[in-house]
Amino acid sequence: MTATRLFGTLAHRAAILCFIAFALFPLYWLLKVSVTPNDLLYSEGVRMWPSRTTLDHFRFVLANSEFPRFFANSLIVSGTTALISTALAALMGYALSRFQFRGKLWLAGLLLVTQMFPLVMLVAPIFKILSPLGLTNSLTGLVIVYTAFNVPFASFLMQGFFDGIPSDLEQAAMIDGADRFTAFRHIILPLALPGVAATLGFVFTAAWSEMIFALMLISGSEKATFPVGLLTFVSKFSVDYGQMMAAGVLALIPACLFFLLIQRYLVQGMTAGAVKG
Amino acid sequence: MTATPIPTTYRRPLRQRLAVTLEPWLYCAPVLILITSVMLVPLILGVSYAFRDIQLLNPFSGGFVGLEHFKALGQDDAFLRALRNTLWWTGASVFFQLAFGLILALLLNVPFTGRGLAQALVFLPWAVPTFLAGLNWAWLFNPVIGPIPHWLAALGLMDEPSNILADPSIAMWGPILAATWWGIPFFAITLLAALQSIPKDLYEAASIDGASPIQRFFSITLPYLAPVIAITVLLRTVWVANFADLIIVMTNGGPADRTQTVASYIFTQAFKRLDFGYASAVALVLLALLLAYSMVILVFRQKLSNRDK
Amino acid sequence: MATMEIRSASKNYGTIRVLDDINLDIGDGEFIVLVGPSGCGKSTLLRMIAGLEEITGGEIRIDDKVMNALPPKARDIAMVFQSYALYPHMSVADNMSYSLRLRKTDKPTIAEKVGAASAKLGLDALLERKPKALSGGQRQRVAMGRAIVRQPKAFLFDEPLSNLDARLREHMRAEIRKLHRELGATSIYVTHDQVEAMTLADRIVAMHGGHIQQVGTPLELYDRPANLFVAGFIGSPGMNFLKGDIADRSLHLRDGRTVALPAEMPATMGEATLGIRPEHVVLSPAGEAGLETTVDLVEPTGHGIILHLTLAGTVFKVLTHDRRWLEPGSSVGVSFPAEALHLFNAEGVRV
Repeated sequence: MTATRLFGTLAHRAAILCFIAFALFPLYWLLKVSVTPNDLLYSEGVRMWPSRTTLDHFRFVLANSEFPRFFANSLIVSGTTALISTALAALMGYALSRFQFRGKLWLAGLLLVTQMFPLVMLVAPIFKILSPLGLTNSLTGLVIVYTAFNVPFASFLMQGFFDGIPSDLEQAAMIDGADRFTAFRHIILPLALPGVAATLGFVFTAAWSEMIFALMLISGSEKATFPVGLLTFVSKFSVDYGQMMAAGVLALIPACLFFLLIQRYLVQGMTAGAVKG
Repeated sequence: MTATPIPTTYRRPLRQRLAVTLEPWLYCAPVLILITSVMLVPLILGVSYAFRDIQLLNPFSGGFVGLEHFKALGQDDAFLRALRNTLWWTGASVFFQLAFGLILALLLNVPFTGRGLAQALVFLPWAVPTFLAGLNWAWLFNPVIGPIPHWLAALGLMDEPSNILADPSIAMWGPILAATWWGIPFFAITLLAALQSIPKDLYEAASIDGASPIQRFFSITLPYLAPVIAITVLLRTVWVANFADLIIVMTNGGPADRTQTVASYIFTQAFKRLDFGYASAVALVLLALLLAYSMVILVFRQKLSNRDK
Repeated sequence: MATMEIRSASKNYGTIRVLDDINLDIGDGEFIVLVGPSGCGKSTLLRMIAGLEEITGGEIRIDDKVMNALPPKARDIAMVFQSYALYPHMSVADNMSYSLRLRKTDKPTIAEKVGAASAKLGLDALLERKPKALSGGQRQRVAMGRAIVRQPKAFLFDEPLSNLDARLREHMRAEIRKLHRELGATSIYVTHDQVEAMTLADRIVAMHGGHIQQVGTPLELYDRPANLFVAGFIGSPGMNFLKGDIADRSLHLRDGRTVALPAEMPATMGEATLGIRPEHVVLSPAGEAGLETTVDLVEPTGHGIILHLTLAGTVFKVLTHDRRWLEPGSSVGVSFPAEALHLFNAEGVRV
């Protein structure tokens, strides 16, 4: 009995380690190549760690390339998108959670449908609409598009968090003399802060990753976001692997930071949503 | 009780009734306006493009061409191959994501020291931007810089280290592997959340009744997870079918169009050839197929749950 | 302090009518208890008074002012929720002062009022704590404190004690009563517990099926219940009912035996129900007096004994302090003092 249990425990830990290794290996390799000096890149191709390491690639990318600008552009676009989306989603999610009104079901259905249909089919029409407004090749244009794409899911997420807050609380506040919006700001929103953080993280990560619309809407390097810049770089200088991977590591940083901040809320938040069904 | 006269219904003053009716819509308005102008209007416009000749670089285009694009689609071998590739790409990606995601969720549902850390680490790929995931895997497959070809050669699966992504017969495995790597966490998170919402006393009751762990899995866990799995698979299938990033980054549809899916084909037509009309026609076909797929799944699920009752 | 009038108030959820033609006058400083089984509409009525539920028909007035269209904040009432609804992210002091801060009361006044309320409720030592760090009874007090710092026109209580254990509930019941005597504020209290209703109320409003069944002082409801529902709901153990036909100044039971009726009751009226409270039944040794029956079950409660008997095919309970009848299976005679009998007609209305 104890032997089988011990074996089971070992198998379980081993399986977890396999998953961790699979999840981390590509990122590890990215990091490894980014610190490998150019002269060792080919001679030590499959070694797990180079015999010498260098930060030259990072130095070059940060000092002599346009990546800092791409990075800043992405940060502006993703940050703004996250803030606006979360604010709008909080309002929307609150309405879905607390009000009973005619058309609510249709509204929720509409949000759901926007999650289903191929966004790639909007590439052409959105380009045609934004172009005369001067919103192509503009960070504002990207923020508008990204906000619209992310706000439906963010709304459902916020609704899940609001559903977990008893409505007695805001009713108590309304009796204490608050109107509904004041009760929302003073009572509900502070209690939903974990949800707000999770939603911010979600949207930020999604916006940071977006590539298709960025490629379509941005043409010069002036307004390029990170994916556009990186892909341009890759197609232009496809042999500077060290530098490309150093840039890749940079692209990874903010997304991973955000993710590590919010990941403990993920399962919790989804459970809250799931309980309600 | 029915005999008592019903008192006259109280009506609020008009302005207040209006305020009460409008209040929820005020909260919804920003989202609604945004979605309408950035998603619904372009969608309708996109549908109309499918019947028009819209080429960005040709100032004389714009006229209605009726069903011309669709006729051309029927003759377009690249499109038909893309359809087949989409099926293969979507099916394989979703299957591997679900299978490994479920295993991971079950592993993480067991308490052990360091679970929080393990969870954070295995969920990490999900936070990796998709363009980077694509590039990263493309590099791993590259014999110059990546280890995978060398490993495969050492195992005897490959004659000499070469790039999978350059071999038309197996190129699709590259994006599928990348998609699996990137998508496992999504399934794992969703299924883990569902697992944790299963009441613990059900398991206790079952083990008191003498059910073995395997019996408990099939009689409690799986029935509980089934609806979550069904809806997640439905949503993910649609999503993966539309997901072009990895393919665009890793292979750009090549070699010889062997990894071109419908979604990447739309992007190629719109982005490279700037033929918005034709791209929209392809998109419309994709939309119709996905709608049909969703309908079939939903009807199937309805039938299944009706039978249970 | 305020008076309240409810005029033919009604409430529909969709097409379902949950409250119908409610009429009630509440005097200044009165303590009113709405009591009834769950689903009778008592909480809905309270929430309509608070402004948390819309009023479908009729009128609710506070101090002669129609409230129907006013939001809760404009009604100047305080409410204690069943869940207490304390704001989890605020300290006890902040919870209590929230309403004052919303009204832009100046800081010294807030401090003074919170201090007075917390002194009254014994919360002084807890002011900096978060609700999470409080016991159930302490949370209940904070909820009360939040209501009294405002000095509102009226207090509404929505089953405020039902989450406490029995001992604490008894204690808080007495405190609420004491507080009401000190503050003298108009109060409306919802409960499904008839003991709470009896002990707290100046007047009880018994509700059932969306209708008011009877309004009166606790003893009026106990002594002269208006119908079968009130008779059965007030009192524990509940009133016994004997069904039969009345002829020749006696009730003819279903088993053929008869119960003689006092002179002031009708001599003949056909189908009727006779009610008698368990504590008013007189027991005597078998064969000596009254209807003879056997003891099925004995429930000692400590301060008394509840005997379960069968009479005319129904369970019949007797509350006694006499330990002679403890043997299940023994025979006893039951008789009913004339002044303790309640008579209801075929529609269940008191005669």
